[in-house]
Amino acid sequence: MVEQASINASAGDVVVLVGTTKGLFALTAGPDRTDWTLAGPWFMGEEIYAAALDCRGGRARLLVGATSSHWGPSVYRSDDLGGTWIEPEPQTLAFPEGVGAAVAHVWQLQPAGDAQPDVVYAGVEPAALFRSDDGGQSFHLNEGLWGHEHRPQWQPGGGGLCLHTIVPDPAGGPRLGIAISAAGFYRTDDGQNWEAANVGIRAPFLPEPAPEFGQCVHKVDRHPAEPDTLFLQHHWGVYRSSDFGGKWEEVGADALPSTFGFPVVADPNRAGTAYVLPLTSDMFRCTPDGRLRVYRTTDGGDTWDALGQGLPQENAYVTVLRDGFTADRLDPAGLYVGTRTGDVYGSPDAGESWTELARHLPPVLCVKTAVLR
Amino acid sequence: MVRLAAALRQHAEGASSVDLDVPPPASVGAVLDALAAAHPAIGRRVRDESGALRRHVNVFVGADNAKDLDGTDTVVPEGVEVTVLPAISGG
Repeated sequence: MVEQASINASAGDVVVLVGTTKGLFALTAGPDRTDWTLAGPWFMGEEIYAAALDCRGGRARLLVGATSSHWGPSVYRSDDLGGTWIEPEPQTLAFPEGVGAAVAHVWQLQPAGDAQPDVVYAGVEPAALFRSDDGGQSFHLNEGLWGHEHRPQWQPGGGGLCLHTIVPDPAGGPRLGIAISAAGFYRTDDGQNWEAANVGIRAPFLPEPAPEFGQCVHKVDRHPAEPDTLFLQHHWGVYRSSDFGGKWEEVGADALPSTFGFPVVADPNRAGTAYVLPLTSDMFRCTPDGRLRVYRTTDGGDTWDALGQGLPQENAYVTVLRDGFTADRLDPAGLYVGTRTGDVYGSPDAGESWTELARHLPPVLCVKTAVLR
Repeated sequence: MVRLAAALRQHAEGASSVDLDVPPPASVGAVLDALAAAHPAIGRRVRDESGALRRHVNVFVGADNAKDLDGTDTVVPEGVEVTVLPAISGG
């Protein structure tokens, strides 16, 4: 246990966790989200691909997946907003003995819905799903997905063969969706038997245009009140599904400056509203025309509006990774974007206006937020 | 005796070295097993859960890098120190 300065926040405050290639930072503001304070870094020198502030069940628990390039990955937790960190020993987010695999990175720490206040999911590289039933203190491997018959054919994307997205059932049921680069979207109804769910997603980087699996899904998100409706950012193409991945329909192809990008964020308050952050192409992964703009649909993907007020609009060749964009749960939603050039931008009004919250941080790997209860 | 890199000492109550009771002839793997049993947080930083030595960690037997010898099968001669150090790498 190492004592450090903690995040100075109280009930009602918004906390934005910023995971970077060199440690964890935190931004804090009141509910109006105008006056931000930066704290950190924690885990100096370590890559923070995954972070969460879990405010379910009366707790305010920070969970962090940190990877040291020398000493490997670990999951830490703090119940005093970063003042002290606990690293379980033996490390429980690890493959069981005899599997012959080792966790390289923790890509996602995803608390389940309020109906399962002690359940936390973790996605790792090599692509595997772990579940905790004690709020992130211990984890166990999902054997069904690990033993999936497709696994030998899954190919790693640029970030490795990683399970980076977990879509739990907000009602607390066993249904679950996950995304792997580059295997695609998989879903289960019982928590153990998994099926590929990529019908309709084109894979222009594969010889077969519409394979059962092998798609490079970059991110998936959904509205909590409409859990069957998913938005998905593919390696090329933005998609929507109204049946939890049973089939996918491409949206925005004629309206977005590019359909290549990494993150997609569903508005937590308005079903049918979602946000993407297009990049020029897979060969030039920077914002088009040197302008950082978020695109928003309010009609399920039929039309898209560019939102750039307050964001850099000249010579801004910016990259935002799959977890570099998130929304809080206030209304209107606060949006937060972290860039690979170390800047963080925030909007308190669902993208209508933006301000710079931090600059000159290390490259941002993930941005996660929660409102303290 | 195993000498520890400065970055590992916080996981051994600040000690710069650890005396381990490993009967000779001991392999590097056996020494690391004993080190992990005494200090699990160091054990998982030196080897992953599959037992593989981490890529950017070097274990020296005397002045020789075990990776240049027989890896974790390298025999540690009686009285020779083992040293665990981070490799010169990173970004």
